Amino acid sequence: MINPEAKLISDINNPEMVPLRDGFGSGVFEAGEKDERVVVLCADLKESTRCDKFADKFSDRFLEMGVAEQNMALVASGLANYGKIPFIASYATFSPGRNNEQIRTNIALNNVSVKIAGHHAGVSVGPDGATHQALEDIALMRVLPNMVVIVPCDVIEARKATVAAASNGKPTYIRYGREKSPVITTENSPFEIGEALILREGKDVSIIGCGILLHNALLAAEELSKEGIECEVINCHTIKPIDEKTIIKSAKKTGCVVSVEEHQIAGGLGSAVAETLSRNYPVPQEYVGMQDRFGESGKAEELIEYFEMGKESIKNAARKAISRK
Amino acid sequence: MMSQYISEQKIEELEMKANEARELLIEMLVEAGSGHTAGPLGMADIFTAMYFHVLKHNPAKPDWEERDRLILSNGHITPIRYVLMAMAGYFPVGELKTLRKLGTRLQGHPERERLSGVETTSGPLGSGLGQAAGYAFGARMDKKKFRIYCFMSDGEQDAGATWESVMFAGKYRLSNLTVVIDRNNIQIDGTTENVMPLEPLRAKYESFGWHVLEADGHNIEKFIDAVEEAKAIHEKPTLIIAHTIPGKGIHQIENDFKWHGIPPTAEQAKEFLHELRTLRGKIKSEHQ
Repeated sequence: MINPEAKLISDINNPEMVPLRDGFGSGVFEAGEKDERVVVLCADLKESTRCDKFADKFSDRFLEMGVAEQNMALVASGLANYGKIPFIASYATFSPGRNNEQIRTNIALNNVSVKIAGHHAGVSVGPDGATHQALEDIALMRVLPNMVVIVPCDVIEARKATVAAASNGKPTYIRYGREKSPVITTENSPFEIGEALILREGKDVSIIGCGILLHNALLAAEELSKEGIECEVINCHTIKPIDEKTIIKSAKKTGCVVSVEEHQIAGGLGSAVAETLSRNYPVPQEYVGMQDRFGESGKAEELIEYFEMGKESIKNAARKAISRK
Repeated sequence: MMSQYISEQKIEELEMKANEARELLIEMLVEAGSGHTAGPLGMADIFTAMYFHVLKHNPAKPDWEERDRLILSNGHITPIRYVLMAMAGYFPVGELKTLRKLGTRLQGHPERERLSGVETTSGPLGSGLGQAAGYAFGARMDKKKFRIYCFMSDGEQDAGATWESVMFAGKYRLSNLTVVIDRNNIQIDGTTENVMPLEPLRAKYESFGWHVLEADGHNIEKFIDAVEEAKAIHEKPTLIIAHTIPGKGIHQIENDFKWHGIPPTAEQAKEFLHELRTLRGKIKSEHQ
């Protein structure tokens, strides 16, 4: 059953549809109102990454960087080193893709509080195709010491994550999606960086997910429940530092795991979960995500299905994980 | 004509200090057994001028908020910076012998979190200017009076990111930023003009909206004049192209790109130190 503490929407089958990037826009605006040290840097994608509201209100704190993601990371490093709280916004394929070394050396190793907003993540970017569908960004950021990595599941959580990151004092990566996606949490849903949230309680299999696919995970859990399979669904929005306690506790309860993410299965959430469990409480695990392939053009929902990250794929993975117990 | 910014006596003092810095540098590189020799020797005069004349700083309070910031982009020449920091009192001179050893604060390439005063972590080329520009932008937002200096190599002008940062500093007219390029014409694989031609370097920066000065990087007086002139340039960042001789001070190393990334052997060091201590034969006995 749905965990009442999660304060999810009442009807999971009829969610409102809003893109996560809107959550960045409102979150960074809110952070900017709260703290005048917040500055926003954008690489020629102001409207698309939803920086426009911040840029209009706080024009002296908005830096248009042009198509120059490497310099954007460097300038942000300098600003943070001085004492500002910079958010850098671009598509995740370019930032933290193209500027990866600048982030590694000058933000992570330098340990300065820059917030990297990676937009248009996942195949759900849709028609733009593989060049613009970031599927390796979680892995790139997760391997960096000092870096915090957050993958919100909907627009509300995206806003909360953005606001929280502004005051965490650490280099932080936050991942946002382009297309409209289900809003499953509410303003009252708990959000703390580093604390996974149990969305649904169950005893047969733990579905540990992040990002927009959590809606599919909840739908899959509801349908499996009718077959007598009770899934525990965990929103593991913080990939790093990962909430080991919640993951281990759930694995002990259910004895098997399915990881769900709109990312390559190598190096992402599934890997982080496996690293946690293999050292503490090894259980069978199935991976829903991109199976070592690039994406392609299409509609978001078509691509999710085509690349086997839809509801049915999650159900199949759950059954398989249970069968391996 | 004498400089209006510095006395003849002070210049002589600085020249002697630069020579002392070169000695300490050779000693530390031999002890480390790896590291770069030519670049740090070539920048000894300029770093001496910075730490003992130009910079507003307080070695006892490396985090003093109003200090001038010196961002070293080409982190591989950090040994000469460490030497001058030690001489200025940031840490004991004896600690120089820990360079590149396990547990040292003096990493092979500088790290901000390990040693106060190095300002940022650097080494991978093409990354210092953007950071310095970000620093300058932030400081200007808060109407801070301190200056931001960024030292770069000529080799890192090959890097695309450098030019992204050049455009940015030009666009935002960061006049609180003074950049010094160590124009020694060498990089690891040979001379800069053979590896990837940089000229006309001055015209390139000017076309990006910068004020550009040139100076002999071994003439402390001329260098200081250029630094002072930069302070009077408004609405533009300033670049000082400092023409230097790689390996300056030691005949065998001067202008030889093969000395870019290696340290002297103990045997060579003995000879080099003798050359420095006798001021190239100008005095007979070593001033130890």
